[in-house]
Amino acid sequence: MADKPRIKLPKEAKKGEIIQIKTLVSHLMESGQRKDAQGKPIPRKIINKFTCEFNGKPVFSCVLEPAISANPYIQFDARVDEEGTFKFAWTDDDGSVLTAEEKIALKA
Amino acid sequence: MGAINRRQAFLLGGGFVALTVLPMAANAEPGNDAAEMIKKFTGGKEATKGKITLDLPEIAENGNTVPLALTVESPMTAESYVKEVLFVADGNPNAGVATLMFTPMSGKAEASIRIRLAQTQNVIAVAKMSDGSLFTERKTVKVTIGGCGG
Repeated sequence: MADKPRIKLPKEAKKGEIIQIKTLVSHLMESGQRKDAQGKPIPRKIINKFTCEFNGKPVFSCVLEPAISANPYIQFDARVDEEGTFKFAWTDDDGSVLTAEEKIALKA
Repeated sequence: MGAINRRQAFLLGGGFVALTVLPMAANAEPGNDAAEMIKKFTGGKEATKGKITLDLPEIAENGNTVPLALTVESPMTAESYVKEVLFVADGNPNAGVATLMFTPMSGKAEASIRIRLAQTQNVIAVAKMSDGSLFTERKTVKVTIGGCGG
């Protein structure tokens, strides 16, 4: 699969603070509706699932359909009660999973 | 078959045009599976209008990337939070757009994604709360360039 996903979130947060997380991953998100030059349909190949966990607990996830734009951008929020690691995973139609991790610290 | 008069010739021509128009347009009558998907999601229950704010452009110049922002009113605590939000588009070849799953850890029931819209149509959101109640909202987006095929 494609390049490293881009993730934007603060490095640290106050306890209980709600932070915003922005993610962007390069992917064609082939819808299965398009046809090639010979008129044959191009098979569907999309990221069908995205999940975000914080210290092993689910925070946000979504099921994606072909109606999601290429290079899927997903923005959501998360409440930070402790320091830890966010784990992100994008699942491709071909079964491969792209993962990323980001750490967050608590503000003193 | 005798000679074809003008009216018949016109009808034939019209039929041919209808067949050759992008298959997407043919599927685009409110005949996609939007209603069934919503029914499946709600379990046949009626969703009340409200609580959801959809931020979508009124006119999308490019249907390939239409920004969609969602906010659902909810305290997002362990006792009361938004569980799932289903998005469907009633004029796309397939109605499904995305299903977002929130948890109390989300803090806020807010999210943004970018979607494809094949043509001018309604985007419908249905939210399922932790207590099982259902809310819905819809918005029409005018699309000048369709977002699939091509």
